[in-house]
Amino acid sequence: MNIDSIKNGIVIDHIKAGLSMDIFAFLNLEDLDAPVKILRKMPSKKMGKKDVIKIDSELDVDLNALGYIDPDISINIIKDGVIVDKYHPTLPETMTNILKCKNPRCITSCEQELDHIFKLTDSKNRIYRCIYCETKSEMDF
Amino acid sequence: MRSVIDILDLTVEEIDELVKCALDIISNPSNYSEKLKGKKLATLFFEPSTRTRLSFEAAMYELGGNVLSVSDQKASSASKGESVADTAKVISCYADIIAMRHPKEGAPYVASKNASIPVINAGDGGHNHPTQTLADILTIYREKGRLTDLTIGLCGDLKFGRTVHSLINAMARYSNIKFVLISPKELVLPSYVVSDVLDKNNIEYKVTTDLESVMGELDVLYMTRVQQERFFNEEDYLRLKDSYILTPEKLLDAKIDLTIMHPLPRVNEISVAIDDDPRAAYFKQVLNGKYMRMALILKLLGEM
Repeated sequence: MNIDSIKNGIVIDHIKAGLSMDIFAFLNLEDLDAPVKILRKMPSKKMGKKDVIKIDSELDVDLNALGYIDPDISINIIKDGVIVDKYHPTLPETMTNILKCKNPRCITSCEQELDHIFKLTDSKNRIYRCIYCETKSEMDF
Repeated sequence: MRSVIDILDLTVEEIDELVKCALDIISNPSNYSEKLKGKKLATLFFEPSTRTRLSFEAAMYELGGNVLSVSDQKASSASKGESVADTAKVISCYADIIAMRHPKEGAPYVASKNASIPVINAGDGGHNHPTQTLADILTIYREKGRLTDLTIGLCGDLKFGRTVHSLINAMARYSNIKFVLISPKELVLPSYVVSDVLDKNNIEYKVTTDLESVMGELDVLYMTRVQQERFFNEEDYLRLKDSYILTPEKLLDAKIDLTIMHPLPRVNEISVAIDDDPRAAYFKQVLNGKYMRMALILKLLGEM
């Protein structure tokens, strides 16, 4: 993999140093059958240090969900070796099957086929609540 | 299909409408005795509850309707592993409206999304219990003559007490309501209720562990039970269960027109010596609950 010349893929840049592994896990990149490069603690003029993830593949997920982990990251979409889109994630109104409800009293704890759906209830503080039991999502990172 | 899962599914105007309807039912019961002839209420109770189920059933019978009841979870298809969604679809074929109690939070919501008939949440774990709140609201209205300009003391288990959370949500929408939150430190009101409801709406509130020190300020005192079923740890339950016990001595500084409420069942939070005090309204709450359930069933079936 030539990391600097991704043909079709995604570069997640300006990740707060140390959070790249959380994003790797959040996006289930381990299951992706494509090259992924994680650059940790890279020097950055703006941030001092930053992490970067380069994915040599398209991803069928709403990358805005990454705003839940780190709203300051930038997402670069690469097509034919050229950046065709660059944006900061905006928090989605709902997240389906991205976060898991950890409330043992929630109906999702015993009915496995139910989607885990979280709704944004406070965008300022990035708070999502389970639509079934209203439990606040827990940031594990 | 309109369902009521959370007290906030009802607007203030709708709650006022329900209160008005309940008062009319109380004054003119015969006008309502055949209103729901031929209609069926299914009571699906997957958690032990006698009074709420009986209240729903009495409400439906007094409206001239019938009741289909599943009272023992072991006898239901849920015990065979049927999902709440499937149960709701099946019951929709038999009944006109469902009242559901379930130990898992969100189960009535799942039912409402899958049923083709209205679903009323009759209590889902420690989460919501909107018809208890409707009973509380009618009780406050009948005892005080208003739902505004009140100082409401909430005492006991404010952490797990779903009735307290719902009542705060509902009453915070009326003007000039102040809350006094009285509980041991381990059972204080969850921070999200404080931030999302009280702080967000600039509602005045006071937090204390000392019931007697605030007694004289209260127009309404809402006592709650420390519920064993909400604890994972029996030691914690035993340590906290007797935190507040209301006795005649503790009422010495109370207002002469204080209204004392409790969602029942009580264990020992209110001494029986208070039952004959004219300020005790907890048994009236039970009756008011039936009237508000009647009003709600009528509303959801488009018969109000």
